[in-house]
Amino acid sequence: MEQVIFYIFAGVLLFAATMVISVRNPVHAALFLVLAFFNAAVIWVLVGAEFLGIALVVVYVGAVMVLFLFVLMMLDINIAPMREGFTRYLPVGALVAVLMAAQLVAVIVSDRADLVSGTIPEPAADVNNIQAIGGVLYTVYVYPFEIAAVILLLAIVAAITLTLRRRDGTHKQDVARQLSVSKDDRLRMVRMKSSRRQDQTRN
Amino acid sequence: MIELSDFLILGALLFSLGVAGIFLNRKNVILLLMCIELILLAVNINFIGFSAHLEDVAGQIFVFFILTVAAAEAAIGLAIVVVLFRSRGDINVAALDAMKG
Repeated sequence: MEQVIFYIFAGVLLFAATMVISVRNPVHAALFLVLAFFNAAVIWVLVGAEFLGIALVVVYVGAVMVLFLFVLMMLDINIAPMREGFTRYLPVGALVAVLMAAQLVAVIVSDRADLVSGTIPEPAADVNNIQAIGGVLYTVYVYPFEIAAVILLLAIVAAITLTLRRRDGTHKQDVARQLSVSKDDRLRMVRMKSSRRQDQTRN
Repeated sequence: MIELSDFLILGALLFSLGVAGIFLNRKNVILLLMCIELILLAVNINFIGFSAHLEDVAGQIFVFFILTVAAAEAAIGLAIVVVLFRSRGDINVAALDAMKG
């Protein structure tokens, strides 16, 4: 039963990946990539990696692919010149892919590697995947975890500084100037005579 | 019962598809980024397969870090694409010859 589910989702995953690299419209390619991520997440959950399956959906489908779609739809891209050379490179690309796949599969099924006999055991009912990950992530792998946090911060800063554009005419506040201002720069005491209200004479 | 070799063959085929995509869509930067995502997904599937086979959670930790780095890479890559489009009005890779490389 598990095997049937695995084959179905693996088939859809490979179909979606094929469509990603072959469809004409990049937006459709992004949507097929979303389908591929969903199927991969199902396969991961099937073998007991629940946390990463959900994380794949949340992080990739929810954030990264939305970012891709944003950029794709925001930029006014002319698809036609991008597609030229597709048929020209199709034989080379297909040849490389088939050769590479054949070599990898040959290694996997060879007797020396001894991978064919390996099975994936049924995930035990009492094992909590998130507890198992959390148990080692914050103890054994705490330094890599913190480096990952720094990498994410780096990505935030890099993406913002790359795309930030300073235009003329925008009103920005200079915090240093705001804080260094003193009363003498802003306030001037004026002594003047009081004047009679003029609207009293009307009516 | 799912076999480990099924998992590895799935990863190998997905990896090959990603490499073929880089060959086919070599003019479009955004599709190249998507093909890199496919390749990283193939690697992650291998990690998950071995992690489940060996019943060791370390493989899943590695997938966690690969996902983190891949998300950062996609964000910076797309930012570069946006800057590229703003300065040249086009993201065709063939037009990027300012450095005469």
